[in-house]
Amino acid sequence: MFRVIFSTALWRGVGGIAIFVALWEAASLLKLPFLRFVPAPHLLFASVLETIQTTAYWTAVLISAKRVMIGYVIGVALGVPLGLAFGVSRVFKNVFFPVFETLRPIPPLAWVPLSILLWPTMEQTVISVIFLGSFFTVVINVLGGVETVDIRYVRAALSMGASRWQVFWRVVVPATSPSIFIGMAIAMGLTWEIVVAAEMVSSIGSGQTGLGAMMWQAYVGGVIPLIITAMVSIGLAGLLFSALIWQIGGFATRWRRLV
Amino acid sequence: MIGKLPRWTRSPRPYLLLLGFAIFLAAWHLTTSVLEVPIFRKIPPPAVVLREWFNPEPFFGVSVYTSLYYSHIAYSVYRAYTAFALAVLLGVPLGILIGWNRTFHEYTFPLVETFRPIPPLSWVPLAILMLPGTEPPVIFVTFIAAFFATVLNTLLGVQSIDRSYFRAAQCLGFTRRDTLFHVVIPGAMPHVFTGLQIAMGLSWVALVAGEMIAGKRGLGYMIYDAYSMVQIPTIIMGMLTLGFLGFFSSALVRYLGRKLMAWRSY
Amino acid sequence: MSLHGGLRIKEVGKVYDPEGIHVVALQEISLDISPGEFCVVVGPSGCGKTTLLNIIAGFDTLTSGEIVMDGSTLTAPGKRLSPGADRMVVFQHGALFPWKTVLWNVTCGPVLQGRLPRAQAEAQARHLLARTGLSGIEGQYPGELSSGMRRRVELVRALMNDPKVLLLDEPFRALDALTRSVMHEHLLQLYDLARKTVFFITHDLEEAIFLADRVVVMTTRPGRVKKVIEVDLPRPRDHRILTSARYGELEEEALEAIHEEALKAFETGERELA
Repeated sequence: MFRVIFSTALWRGVGGIAIFVALWEAASLLKLPFLRFVPAPHLLFASVLETIQTTAYWTAVLISAKRVMIGYVIGVALGVPLGLAFGVSRVFKNVFFPVFETLRPIPPLAWVPLSILLWPTMEQTVISVIFLGSFFTVVINVLGGVETVDIRYVRAALSMGASRWQVFWRVVVPATSPSIFIGMAIAMGLTWEIVVAAEMVSSIGSGQTGLGAMMWQAYVGGVIPLIITAMVSIGLAGLLFSALIWQIGGFATRWRRLV
Repeated sequence: MIGKLPRWTRSPRPYLLLLGFAIFLAAWHLTTSVLEVPIFRKIPPPAVVLREWFNPEPFFGVSVYTSLYYSHIAYSVYRAYTAFALAVLLGVPLGILIGWNRTFHEYTFPLVETFRPIPPLSWVPLAILMLPGTEPPVIFVTFIAAFFATVLNTLLGVQSIDRSYFRAAQCLGFTRRDTLFHVVIPGAMPHVFTGLQIAMGLSWVALVAGEMIAGKRGLGYMIYDAYSMVQIPTIIMGMLTLGFLGFFSSALVRYLGRKLMAWRSY
Repeated sequence: MSLHGGLRIKEVGKVYDPEGIHVVALQEISLDISPGEFCVVVGPSGCGKTTLLNIIAGFDTLTSGEIVMDGSTLTAPGKRLSPGADRMVVFQHGALFPWKTVLWNVTCGPVLQGRLPRAQAEAQARHLLARTGLSGIEGQYPGELSSGMRRRVELVRALMNDPKVLLLDEPFRALDALTRSVMHEHLLQLYDLARKTVFFITHDLEEAIFLADRVVVMTTRPGRVKKVIEVDLPRPRDHRILTSARYGELEEEALEAIHEEALKAFETGERELA
């Protein structure tokens, strides 16, 4: 523990950030045109402290989090099986993967207008866009994972008399699990980005204000410190949630470090 | 004659591919024209979309025959590629420096990691406030998306270079400069290009968002505009065009990568 | 006959301390290697032979003792040693730069250090490659070559730098047995040409006796010299020598020493450090 507190790396990292903040403060004081609207660090800090004590803020966090979780869970629930299916069945892949790959590059935001037309409520629209974002990412990662399963494991199982189902559940799925968790972690980070965009675009008349909507309203209302607070909050939330997935994934694939 | 056709056509793959698209189109057609499933009520059938897309006098003003369509595409492509180029020019050198130099890594990496989780799209309001005009904010937001992905993958690329190569370079009497140009940069290239493909994809994602919110031309804007005027076939056209452009751009990066790393095909 | 590259390893010790676990890799190991000698160190995995090679090469430091080369101190505690062309290393898994051609790989040392102009270096390289039966591949990338060819190119690269000592870190470990036996003959041909001091480490006894002037058997961790065997088989050697009576005697002598260490290593389940 002692060594961590006094490690050079830590001090240098802190130093780097400190230098950045100092430059920012200086630029603010010098009233550089670039930063005309950006508040100085000390003002920002005060505003942040103020904001995190309001219920409105935490309500927004929870609303965004709820949307993220629902869209994400559905995305994973459908994405993992599809990824596995693509990986295991060559015929299935040859038929449906091209369609999948054609739809995948369409940015999630581009789906928003269509989703609004499709789904009766705004809530469902946002969740469906989040779903799409996590879905495509998970499928690609899971597929990659299946394709890199060492064929020797499969052969070993078959030579021991395992049936195809057994090979699938006992060999392929566990061997793919690291990739599944990586896909899930990446998708989690992605969904927070999407929720911002989706909320920003649909913030008109959505009723419930998530972090993205809050940020947009702050922009429209000219409350700049709030914009930055929202930005950082979203970033932190994405970081925390995906870190959580990494930890769960690391725990579930404990065997990995030993190999 | 048959022997002259590429081997590729004799495998089942291209036919299954077509089958897949056919099923997709059929499902689309079924749910919108034939069965009229309520939830898809507002979605036009493929026939309508295609008719509009290839209409010399499009009902909603945009089709393959109108210059407006190409103008939107041109704007989007210009922004996406400019932002991407900037991200590469700034991100690759930074990634190499962070990956290679321990001291620099310790000073700058925490700073990079603090900013990286902030979704590119959430920079939009701030970008509009900080940068003049309409183009720079959109390009900036797109740049952010591509930049962090590039830095991260470049840095990983440098770190993945086998230690033996550095040791061999030491034995061979390489200077720091030699090592940079003959070991670090070529060694990191595979990872860098994977990163560039990802960055290219992310550029398009961010670009669309930026255009929807702040742009005045471009495919994202076209989609949003069509949405606000309930011109649904145009929305779908925009989406599919984006899909195609995104796919094509990534393929381009992949192709360039293969050319630059000729030593890899073995 | 080379007059350079004589190594005196004097009671060298190496202690690692990762996460508080005190690991003694080498314990007062002493060894004298004459200039031009082909010295092979054999030992079970984890015995410290790679560590010793790394210290001589300059990739690692020693914690006690001293290494002297040609009369002057090479490294001692507090005296940092940088890797250099005088102690060229051939790595276990190969370190030819895959993104450069064979010719570039082989000539980069002398050319980048300014010791030879490019044209001359290339001519010399082609000559050496031809001597090992590798003409015509200069323009190819390492990825296009077989593993045996890659090892030969790496040897040529090492020799092109005119080292005083050639350090070979189990260079043929990744090759199949048949390729390996051919490589042994190639290596000895090159050795006969240049007569550099060679410090070769391996776990393969047959390889050791076939190649060496002296075989040094190491104990398991902590590593020390257990036995030194003079290999008086005449040079030039070829594979037929493996069935000679004298070879059999030497093998028997070495096997006794090494088998005991191998058993010990097996029982304690040592994992390689480096």
